Amino acid sequence: MNKFISIFSLICITLLSSSWVNAAADLEVNTPAISAIKNSMQARHAQLNPHYNSGAVGLTADGLIAVRDTTAVPLKDRGGINSLVAAENGDRNALYKEIAAGNGHPEWAGEIRSTFASRWVDKAQSGWYYQSAGGWVKK
Amino acid sequence: MKKISSLKVLSIAAFIVCIPACVTINIYFPAAAAEKAADKIIDDVWQLKPGETAPVKPSEPAK
Repeated sequence: MNKFISIFSLICITLLSSSWVNAAADLEVNTPAISAIKNSMQARHAQLNPHYNSGAVGLTADGLIAVRDTTAVPLKDRGGINSLVAAENGDRNALYKEIAAGNGHPEWAGEIRSTFASRWVDKAQSGWYYQSAGGWVKK
Repeated sequence: MKKISSLKVLSIAAFIVCIPACVTINIYFPAAAAEKAADKIIDDVWQLKPGETAPVKPSEPAK
């Protein structure tokens, strides 16, 4: 009988501690899908960086980017700017979805998106533009 | 014998209480963990050093 009790206690302790671990644990961001998206975004950043700096492209309130001022884009880049932004937004949307799905909670995608939206702005370089309720704001 | 069985009941009760505890905690969106994950990914994508907020422009060293 004592054996039973100790086994039950052990199971309880294991369950309890695993729930604490789950609560404190990080979100999993190292799945192959997430890494692939991240690498693609990292490679694209070299092209986007000058446009952030010039104010041609800004960070939107929904965790994406948008063309803000086409006249700030050098003529040679004007043709490609929309597809560049669209490709980045495709990756960003996929990233938020993958983080949610990779952690077993696809319904978290919206909250992950808004978390990212504020973190992108917080980490943006000064001089970059971001969207707020009143429109574009220069950081 | 009676004492042992009541202990056993207590263990089972505790066991039952533990299960919803695990489930409940995971339903809530882990905001702090999400922020940490976002920071990690943004640091990688924008190639910032961890914790850095304003990239690229190195500040002039004070004389």
